[in-house]
Amino acid sequence: MKPSRIAWFFASLLVACGFVMLWQYLSDARLVSPVFLPGPDRAWAALVRGITQGELGARWLGTIERMIYGWLLASFAGIVIGAFIGSSERARAYVGPMLELIRPLPASAVVPLAISLLGLSEAMVLTVIGFGALWPMLLSTVHGFAAVEPRLYEVSRALGLPQWKVILKIALPSSMPDIVAGMRLALTVSLILTVIGEMLASREGLGSHILISARSFRSADLFAGVILLGVTGYVSAMALTLAESRLLRWRESH
Amino acid sequence: MSGFATYDARGVVIPVGLIVLAEVAARVSGLQSDSLAAPSDVVVAGVEALLDGSMLIATYQTLGSALIGLSIGFGIGLALGVLLGMFRVLDHLLEVTIEAIRPIPSVALIPISLLVFGFGYRMEIAVVAFATLWPALILSRAAIAGVEPRLFEVARALQFGLLARIVKIVIPAALPRVFVALRLGIGISLIVGVTVEISANVIGVGHETMLAGQSLRPALMLAYLVWIGILGWGVNAAMLLAQKHLFGPAANMEARL
Repeated sequence: MKPSRIAWFFASLLVACGFVMLWQYLSDARLVSPVFLPGPDRAWAALVRGITQGELGARWLGTIERMIYGWLLASFAGIVIGAFIGSSERARAYVGPMLELIRPLPASAVVPLAISLLGLSEAMVLTVIGFGALWPMLLSTVHGFAAVEPRLYEVSRALGLPQWKVILKIALPSSMPDIVAGMRLALTVSLILTVIGEMLASREGLGSHILISARSFRSADLFAGVILLGVTGYVSAMALTLAESRLLRWRESH
Repeated sequence: MSGFATYDARGVVIPVGLIVLAEVAARVSGLQSDSLAAPSDVVVAGVEALLDGSMLIATYQTLGSALIGLSIGFGIGLALGVLLGMFRVLDHLLEVTIEAIRPIPSVALIPISLLVFGFGYRMEIAVVAFATLWPALILSRAAIAGVEPRLFEVARALQFGLLARIVKIVIPAALPRVFVALRLGIGISLIVGVTVEISANVIGVGHETMLAGQSLRPALMLAYLVWIGILGWGVNAAMLLAQKHLFGPAANMEARL
């Protein structure tokens, strides 16, 4: 990192601290009712208390676990199905329009159907996460496979490679940027659907935590949960950025 | 993107086949279910809900709060994006603040909004506004930063003031990409609106879907599900069409999301 960049970072960190102090002032001066807006001190205290003495840590883990399971499920299914559809022109012609048709459907809209099929269960939550996160995965994999340089396919045919080897050695690596982009979007979707699923099915997690806190007017606990959700979103996006730059390092040589 | 521009009859085969298969399976098995229904029953339930007006009222509620939320969120995001795009110092200074708030999933705001506003339009509008603010900010900031620097030199040579610079140079140059942001924003506003209705609120198509499911009317529930799909698809297609007609290839600079 260049020195000027570090200086800017600290300057903007100072600005952020200023905002937190403003928040503290707003709540101390009771300009906003403490029922709605706890000060950062109270939110922080609720966060620390919840993790050290309460169940907040366990709930957080529950949320992360669901998010990752659903995301892995969707990524795996999305890549396999997407590879099948994307590598065959005929499959694309048959299935593509249907995918485009379903794509704008909000994933949360299938929640009522999932509830009536599976009840308010853990399986329902995972199904919803997996289904919702499947679309970005599937579409970006199909797109990646469809955009593979056609001459690479000709080369593989000339070499007499079997179909599965073509997918594994040629199509998959060259559509990796699209796949990773899809996985990034799918992770965001997973977190959102995890929270919704937990809220509706009252599973042990941050989603139910923030909803119950809001219903019983414990705003400090509510904000503690929201902060943890923000941290989860931030860390997971960062982790994927890191993974992306490692996975796609070979592209820099171009 | 060329999904509906080039019409290919092969794309119809599978959806139609699946619907026919579902119909036949439901009729042959004499389906009596609390969660599934034959496609013909779904159509009947959907038409009934359309005719008695309940579906239209719910649609009006959903689209209304989505659009108001979008106007607020997109307005704030656009203003911030223009500001941060033009004054890089400000952009650098606010970096940590923005990056700290942005990753909060919008659904996490549902309980807060519920606490502040109670059920109804306002809580939904607030969550939609929060969700649509970020793409507007990020994309318009990128659009401004991507404006040809020589245009600013021209502006300096012509001694434009700040307002003239924004109105005469920045906005026209960034408009195609801002429209792309608007298109994405409309999609997001609808998705978030329905999500708020499914998970908490008591208005709109999302709530009606939930209600139909809870009152064990699978045909109506599936009809609403299909209707939400039609709404999402229709809005998306209309915006794509508008983008093509208004800006042509100028809007294609977008990085595909």
